Amino acid sequence: MNKRTSAGSKLVASPYIVWAALFIIAPLFFVVYYSFTDKGGAFTLENVQMLSKYLPTFLRSIWFGIVATIICLVIAFPMAYIISQKTDKVQRTMVMLVMLPMWMSFLIRTYSWMAILQDTGIINSFFSKIGIGQVHMINTGGAVILGMVYNFLPYMILPIYSVMAKLDYSMVEACQDLGGNRLTVIRRCIMPMSIPGVVSGITMVFVPSVSTFYISQKLGGGSFDLIGDVIERQFQQSYNYNLGASLSLVLMILILISMAVMNKFSDEGEMVI
Amino acid sequence: MKGLSRVYTALVFIFLYAPIAVLLLYSFNSSTSTIVFHGFSLHWYKTLFADRATLRALYNTLLLAVCSSVIATVLGTAASVGIEKFRKSALRTSIMATTNIPMMNPEIVTGVSMMLLFVFIGRALSIDSVLGFGTLLIAHVTFNLPYVILTVLPKLRQTDKNLAEAAMDLGCRPVSAFFKVVFPAITPGIITGMIMAFTLSLDDFIISYFTSGPGFQTLPIAIFSMTKKRVKPDMYALSALIFVSILILLILYNIAQQKSEEKSNKKI
Repeated sequence: MNKRTSAGSKLVASPYIVWAALFIIAPLFFVVYYSFTDKGGAFTLENVQMLSKYLPTFLRSIWFGIVATIICLVIAFPMAYIISQKTDKVQRTMVMLVMLPMWMSFLIRTYSWMAILQDTGIINSFFSKIGIGQVHMINTGGAVILGMVYNFLPYMILPIYSVMAKLDYSMVEACQDLGGNRLTVIRRCIMPMSIPGVVSGITMVFVPSVSTFYISQKLGGGSFDLIGDVIERQFQQSYNYNLGASLSLVLMILILISMAVMNKFSDEGEMVI
Repeated sequence: MKGLSRVYTALVFIFLYAPIAVLLLYSFNSSTSTIVFHGFSLHWYKTLFADRATLRALYNTLLLAVCSSVIATVLGTAASVGIEKFRKSALRTSIMATTNIPMMNPEIVTGVSMMLLFVFIGRALSIDSVLGFGTLLIAHVTFNLPYVILTVLPKLRQTDKNLAEAAMDLGCRPVSAFFKVVFPAITPGIITGMIMAFTLSLDDFIISYFTSGPGFQTLPIAIFSMTKKRVKPDMYALSALIFVSILILLILYNIAQQKSEEKSNKKI
C-alpha cells in the first residue's frame, strides 16, 4: 500500500487521541492537582497529611475487599466448572442466567437485600415461624460483604468459565489416562490451566469491592464506612474536593499496585474478559 | 457427584435471584410496605405510569444511552482503524495503555476525576452549573470508548489486509475500499461494541452520579435519591418491567442464534 493512504488512515485515530487526552489523561492530572492544592489553588500538603486519619477506613476497605474476593472465588470456581461440563445449549442458558441479574439496577437489587436481611425481614420472619429466635443481620460487616459477593459474583464466574470452556481436553484425558481420579484431575490439571481466568476474576471483583460506597451505606447502616463512602461525602456533602482528590489518588495507587501484583501471577499478563 | 452439583447450581442461582424474586413479589403488594406482603394488586404499576418525574428520568436515560453509544461507536471504530495501522510503535503502546485506564480504574475515581475537570473548567469560565447533559454525555462516551475499541480491534486484525489492497488495485479509492470491503467484515464487532456501550450507559450509576447536575437526572440517579429515604414499590414495578423486557429480548436473541446455527449446520 502506498504511504499516502496509510498516513490518511492513521489520521482517523486523531479525534480519539484528542478525546483521550482531554477526558482520560487531563482528569487524572486534575486529581493530582487538587490533591496538592487548597481551596484557593495554592500548593499545600495538608490534604496528604489528613490521609493518616483515614488509615483505618482504608484498611477496612482492603480487608472487606479481600474477604469478598475470596468468597467469590470459592463459590465461583465450582460453579464455572459445573457450567463448563454441560452441553453447549445448557452452557449458553446458564451463562445467560448468570449475566441476567447484572442488567438490573444494582441499587435496587442491593436495596432488595435490605428487605431480606432486616430484623423484621423475610429471613427473620421465617426463623421466628420455625422457632429460631431473631438473628441480627442487617447493618453488620457480614451484610456488607454479602452485598459485595452478591453484586460481583458474576464477574468471577464468567472469566473463569470462559477459560474453562476453552481448555484443551486432551490434557484432561492425558491426566485421566495417567491414573488421576476426578479430584486429582481438577487439582493438578484444570486448576493450573484456569489461572488466567482466576486472575482476571480476582481483579474484576476486588476493584469494585474496595471502591464501593452504596453497598456499605445500605447494608452496613453507616457504621461500616468504606473508603468509597468517605470520597463520596467529600464530593457530594462537605464539598472538600481537595481532600476527596487526595483520597482518590491513594485509592488509584492502591489499585495499580494490587493489579501489578496480580499480573505477576498470570503468565500472559493479559486480561481475559 | 451429579446430585451434589445440581444442588450447588441451584443454591448459587437462588442466591443470585433471591432479591429479584423479592422485588417482583413486592411490586404486586397492595400496601406501601416493602417488608410485609398484604395482597395482590397492580396499584404500583398504575402509579408508575402516572409519575412524570420517573418517566422523564427513563427518557433521559434512554436518550443518553443512545447518544453516547452512537458517538462512542463512531469515534472508537475510527480510532481502531487508525490504531491498527500504527503497528508496533511507542505511540500505539501508549494509546492502548490510555485506553485501558477507564477500564482498570475504580469507577469512583473515573467519576471523581472527570468531575474535577468539569468543575475546574466551569470555574475558569465562571459557569454556575457546568454539570448536566453535556458533561454526562462526555463521561459516558469516555467510559464506553474502550469497550468499543477492544471489540473492534480484534475483528480488524482478523480481516485480510490484502482484500482492501485488491479493491484498490481494482480501482477503488481508499475510502470506498474501506466501506465496501473492510467495514462489512468488522460489522459484527462494531455491533457488539455498540450494544455493550448501550447497556453500560443504561446501567451506569457511579460515574453518572459525579458528573450529573440537578437539571438532568437519569434513572439510576433517581433511584439512588429515592433509596436515601424509602423506596416506593413503584420503583420495584419499574425494575420488574425492565427485567422482564430484558429477559424477553435475551430469549428472542437466543432463539435467533439457535436458528442460524441450525441453518449453518444443515448447509454443512
